[in-house]
Amino acid sequence: MKLIDALTRDAPLATRNEITPKLGFALTVLLALAWLIPFLWMGVATLRPASDGINLMAELMPSLKPTLDNIRDAWEIGDFPRYFLNTTIICTGILLVQFFTITLAGFAFARLDFAGKSPIFYLFLMQLMLVPVLLIVPNLRIIAQFGLYDTLAGVMMPFFASAFGTFLMRQAFEAIPTELEDAALIDGASLIQRIRHIYVPLSIPSFSAFAIISVTSHWNDFLWPLMVINSPDKRPLTVGLSVFTATAEGTQAWGTIAAGTLMVIAPLLITFLVFQKRFISSFITSGIK
Amino acid sequence: MSLAEPAALPVAAVVSPRSHIVARFSARLKASLPAYLLLLPSLIFLALFTYGAMGRVLIDALYQRATPKAPLRFVGLDNIAAVLADPAFTGAVVNNLIYAVGTAVPSIGLALLFALALARTNAVTSALRAALFLPVLIPMVAASALFLFIFLPNVGLLDYYIGRLLPVVPNWLGDPDIALYAIMIITIWKNAGYYMLFFLAGLQAVPGDVMEAAHLDGAGPYQRLRYIILPELKPTFLFVIVIATLNAVTQVDHVFVMTKGGPSNATNLVLFYIYQQAVEHYDIGMASAATLLTLAALMALTALSFRTMANREGGA
Repeated sequence: MKLIDALTRDAPLATRNEITPKLGFALTVLLALAWLIPFLWMGVATLRPASDGINLMAELMPSLKPTLDNIRDAWEIGDFPRYFLNTTIICTGILLVQFFTITLAGFAFARLDFAGKSPIFYLFLMQLMLVPVLLIVPNLRIIAQFGLYDTLAGVMMPFFASAFGTFLMRQAFEAIPTELEDAALIDGASLIQRIRHIYVPLSIPSFSAFAIISVTSHWNDFLWPLMVINSPDKRPLTVGLSVFTATAEGTQAWGTIAAGTLMVIAPLLITFLVFQKRFISSFITSGIK
Repeated sequence: MSLAEPAALPVAAVVSPRSHIVARFSARLKASLPAYLLLLPSLIFLALFTYGAMGRVLIDALYQRATPKAPLRFVGLDNIAAVLADPAFTGAVVNNLIYAVGTAVPSIGLALLFALALARTNAVTSALRAALFLPVLIPMVAASALFLFIFLPNVGLLDYYIGRLLPVVPNWLGDPDIALYAIMIITIWKNAGYYMLFFLAGLQAVPGDVMEAAHLDGAGPYQRLRYIILPELKPTFLFVIVIATLNAVTQVDHVFVMTKGGPSNATNLVLFYIYQQAVEHYDIGMASAATLLTLAALMALTALSFRTMANREGGA
């Protein structure tokens, strides 16, 4: 009760004796703890020695003889370094091309006046509704026509244009005072120079917000790479993990599965815990991406 | 001649403004050129993978092969009819509707509870928000790998701690009556924290002075929720419902990892059906027809929700 009192210290005076908000808060605390249980199990099971046997696998109390064997096994069975490399290539490749396309398009919408501006704007807007993941079948056919089946480039290509990113950059560029650009114009800076030296440096927060959304969503992508990639050595982490899980499930190697899962999600979780505020504000802007 | 004479004059008179219009138009195009060049990279990829894909799916839905090796022939709407007559597809649609309602309602309800409870920012609420947000970050495949063990019969986490209390231990993923609900639990776990963010942002818009006035008037927590907070959150609700519906159609990775649509198609969802048609049965015609139907349904839904949103804002 003391803890709850401490938490409601800044609550309005009139509400301090109300019981419902406190019950809601208590329920939320309980649920938040329940939300963490899968992660807790993952950590405990990763460190549990195989000698504990299957019947203790679900025990949430950590083993007294922790071991790194599961991590070693997962690392050896799963070819995770290769998967990491592939996912990193995919995410970086997509992001770099997106930075290029969304900067240019965002600038055009923010600062230039041109014939057909609003129809073209709607062309972009429609992409938000035509959720890319639903177009996996036709996109696979197009990728195959380009001879990009079973290549990482094929996985990346459908995401090179981003309506969400374009709108984000348009918003960022519109907020930059035109006086800055006018000064550069007088100095004879070209269009590209103005974008490069004025607009881009002043919009770094928007770029980083976009990067967070883009990288997390493509890091987690599964169905699309599953369809495009055929060779085991080109699998991204998610596809690799699903194959790894299917194999290890057959042998009931749950400790190894937990270790493999931990390896796949650790980079994102660590980055999140470091840049928590950034992540949360970026995700709020994401909405429909 | 006498006819041609008077006709010549008006023509001559018209030519000048018309060429003027053309000149103005081409000048405008010329002035627009830099913008077009800047948009070109994006437009190329949009043309290929959004609009090109739409065209592709429209065409592919109209063709079919008699056997996998036979040449393509035009079949009109036969594919659409075949998809609609396929019990696996209609079953997937029904499953998906149950799944959409069964994931959207609880996850949005929980998200609202979380947001209301954690609206004030301090060290404790920040930590709790982070805990609830963690599942949002991880791949659905990773979540599935964890829940595969949680739902494991007899030795899994759920049975180990809770299953013993039940008279009959259910086979969470193996029983066709339960499997879909088990799948829904993962989605709720994964998405509630995401929707919470939007409600947290929405709650910031609740005017402080109105809340203060409500306190002075002695409005209880229910009355404040019902008459002040919920009306203020209406746009947030609409937005979150749209996202939750889209997620219910597009997030099927866990179906793939955990059940492959089984047992006996009990967890088959529309996107997984499309995947099966394309990859397992090599039936592009059926897959395209199913894609087309899903896209049409989703676009109608989004258009409807955008209109309601626009109407509401216009009316307010």
